[in-house]
Formats: sequence, C-alpha cells, structure tokens
Amino acid sequence: MSRVRVLVGTRKGAFVLESDGKRQKWDVSGPHFGGWEVYHLKGSPADPNRLYASQSSGWFGQIIQRSNDGGKTWEAVGNTFAYDGVPGTHQWYDGTPHPWEFKRVWHLEPSLTDPDTVYAGVEDAALFRTTDGGQNWSEMPGLRGHGSGPHWQPGAGGLCLHTILLDPSNAKRMFIAISAAGAFRTDDGGTTWLPINRGLKSQGIPNEEAEVGHCVHRIAMHRSRPSVLFMQKHWDVMRSDNAGDSWTEVSGNLPTDFGFPIDVHAHEPETIYVVPIKSDSEHYPPDGRLRVYRSRTGGNEWEALTNGLPQSNCYVNVLRDAMSVDSLDKCGIYFGTSGGQVYGSADAGDTWSAIVRDLPPVVSVEAQTLDG
Amino acid sequence: MGDLMIRVALPAHLRDLASVDGEVVVEVAGSVTQRTVLDALEARYPVLSGTIRDHVTLKRRPFVRFFACGQDLSHEPLDALLPEEVVGGKEPYLIVGAMAGG
Repeated sequence: MSRVRVLVGTRKGAFVLESDGKRQKWDVSGPHFGGWEVYHLKGSPADPNRLYASQSSGWFGQIIQRSNDGGKTWEAVGNTFAYDGVPGTHQWYDGTPHPWEFKRVWHLEPSLTDPDTVYAGVEDAALFRTTDGGQNWSEMPGLRGHGSGPHWQPGAGGLCLHTILLDPSNAKRMFIAISAAGAFRTDDGGTTWLPINRGLKSQGIPNEEAEVGHCVHRIAMHRSRPSVLFMQKHWDVMRSDNAGDSWTEVSGNLPTDFGFPIDVHAHEPETIYVVPIKSDSEHYPPDGRLRVYRSRTGGNEWEALTNGLPQSNCYVNVLRDAMSVDSLDKCGIYFGTSGGQVYGSADAGDTWSAIVRDLPPVVSVEAQTLDG
Repeated sequence: MGDLMIRVALPAHLRDLASVDGEVVVEVAGSVTQRTVLDALEARYPVLSGTIRDHVTLKRRPFVRFFACGQDLSHEPLDALLPEEVVGGKEPYLIVGAMAGG
C-alpha cells in the first residue's frame, strides 16, 4: 500500500509528517535543525529517501542538509554558493545599483532522474546546481548573464529565485521564476535563458508590460502537459498554453487574485488550486475565512473549498512554496500557514483537516508519494 | 615549538552543527591570531565553514562577535596576536551569536 510523506519547512526547523494511504493518522517527527529557518526540503523523484534541505539563519548563514533515509538522519553537505565571475549589480529598491550578494537558498529542485543532481534557487537571484549530491555547487551563469540582470529589482521578500520547474518530456527545458524579475525558460539545459513574461501586466512598474520586472509568486505545471503553465502573480492568476511564450489572465471569479501558491491536481491537468489573499499589504484571507479555490477548467471558473477550514477569525498567510499534492487516488493536497497549521485533504480538496496545528510559521510543504 | 592547543567556545547552534558539547580545542601552528584560530577551527570542523565568516570574502558574519579575556575583538585586525591567556590555554576564544531580535 502506498504511503505519503509530507516535508514541512518552518521558521524554526523542519518536520516530517508520514501517513499510510488513507491519510487519516499521521506521525510527526521533528523539529530537525531546531531554531534554524528551513526554507525548503524536497525529495529526489529518482530516490524518494534522498532528501535535501535548505537550513539557514540570520546569524550563521546557509547550510545544506542531505538525508539518505527519508529524513531520519541528516548530514551537512556543501554550503558554498559563490557567484560565477564578478557578480555585478542588480537594482536596489530605490533603483540604484546594488552588488549581488548571496543570502540564502529558497528552493531546492532535485533532478527527475539523478539523485545527486539538484538545482538551487537562491537570493540574490541565481540558479546553482550540484551533480555530486550537494558537496559542490556551481552557478549556472547563463541566467544572470541573460542581459536583464542589472535591471532586476527585489520584491518585498528579497530578490529571490523561488520556483524551478523541470520539464519531464525535455531534459533541456526548465522554467524558473524570480521576484520581482519574472519568469524565464531555458531550452538548452541552462546555457541561455529567455524571459517569458509576455501578457503579464503589473501596475506600479514604469512599463506595466515590461519584458522583466514582474513579481511572479509561483508557477506550476502538470507533468503530462509541461507546456501548459499556471502562474500566481503578485496580483493575477495567469495561464500559458505555449510554454510561457504568452500568458492570459484566468483570475475569473476569485474573490481576490492576490496570493502566493498555485498547484495542479496530480491526475487532472485542468484542475488547479490557489489560496486567495486579501491584498499585498494585508497578507491574510478575505473576511477572515481560509478558503482554497479550485478550478476544474484551468482557470476562470473557481469554487471555494471550505469544508474543514476555519471560516471565521482566520488571519494567516500561505506562502508560495507551502502547497503540494500527492499522487494517490484520490489526489491529496496539503498546505501550511503562517500560523503553524498544516492542512491536508485526501479527496482533492473537498474536505480538509489539520494534520498539525501548532508548528512554527510554515514556509514550505512538499508531499511525497511512496511505495509500500 | 609544537602546535598550540587553543580553546574555542562556540554558540549553541554551532555546537549542534558540529556535533560537539562544550568547548572545542584546535591545534594552531605558528602565530595564534583570530585568522589562524578560525582557519584551524574550519579545518577541524568543515561544517562550520561559512557560518562564522563568509566563504568568499572571509568577513565576519554581521551577527557573530569574537571575544577573549573580557575584550571584544570583533573589530580587531584578524592577524593581531591573541592574548597570552588564550595562547596558553587559560582562557577560551569566544565566538558569540549576537543577541538580536528583541
């Protein structure tokens, strides 16, 4: 019988939640790396017991941890993230040039085929890769070398590369997203990159349809249709049917189209999920009601999923990496909140319950579906 | 003269990271300075590389401070000799995580 493991990164450590395929009773272990911020953990699709974790601290910097036994034990691996060549400058908040400085790893994306190969999205925005299980990290310099780098400007959370999507059908194609530069695609394994932001409109930037400068919060794809992308932008939910060459808005009847995470049902490529947040200055759900919205039509037509979620006095946020799906039948979906709750649904969002309620603020959630 | 044994006190999070309890002792050959002690510490415990000073610039991380014998050495030259009490093993070299954040 299949099992599910949910990896939870929080402001004060990592937690591992495990259940059988019924997903009713959960074992919780942790905190791992207690007291440290864990922006992200993720398992290798090629070896689900090989996990990688980004552990960081304002005091002591960046650590990368690796587990070979599904999170029971961990070992620190390489933590040198040195930019390739002379780093140069990007724009600071006031528009002045600011030197590129490594701050932390936001997202770790293991290769689909090799447990020792992992991509890391970092702040200040750049893409790194290891091919030796995390011992050594090298920048893939083509991204910052694309030419627009000096014009990238940080979002409120920093100039972070937070999303990495690997195309299961084309090993040379990859998508990434940066706040607040936008989305980029490579078709040659990372040597060269193309900004893919046509159709995005962002009020408040000098040219609201600029090639770069958009605050993309998250991109998602279904592995069976890797040219169809869904995006939660700062404001607006968007979709692309041509691998990002152009985007159209699909916010439809959402109560607000601001938010952070977006994800796709494991078995229904047109079923997508978002968590609407009232605004960029409030960062909590509208009306104090925590609602996941589901569209079964790839956007535009949305339904509120509320069964089991708090519908009064709820003022938590759900961050961009804090939603994930498993691939059981029925599809399970999980998300974590700034209030320390991790909610799970074993029926594609129809009903929800809290797996844990009192963790530190949740930064990331990743679900793994395991055999046996 | 053989290598000198220098006592180093680490903050709790770095003790956990290095899997040690209490003070550690590192061997330093030649002059005992902040730089040679930190070099020896990182060589003995590679997991600490980058946690006290930047990998590339070797600058002290902003919320880390260095003390010995009641003195704040955080802004002293890295190549200045450490006090005799540290060299002789009477006092530890203290690496401290700043109390910050309210």
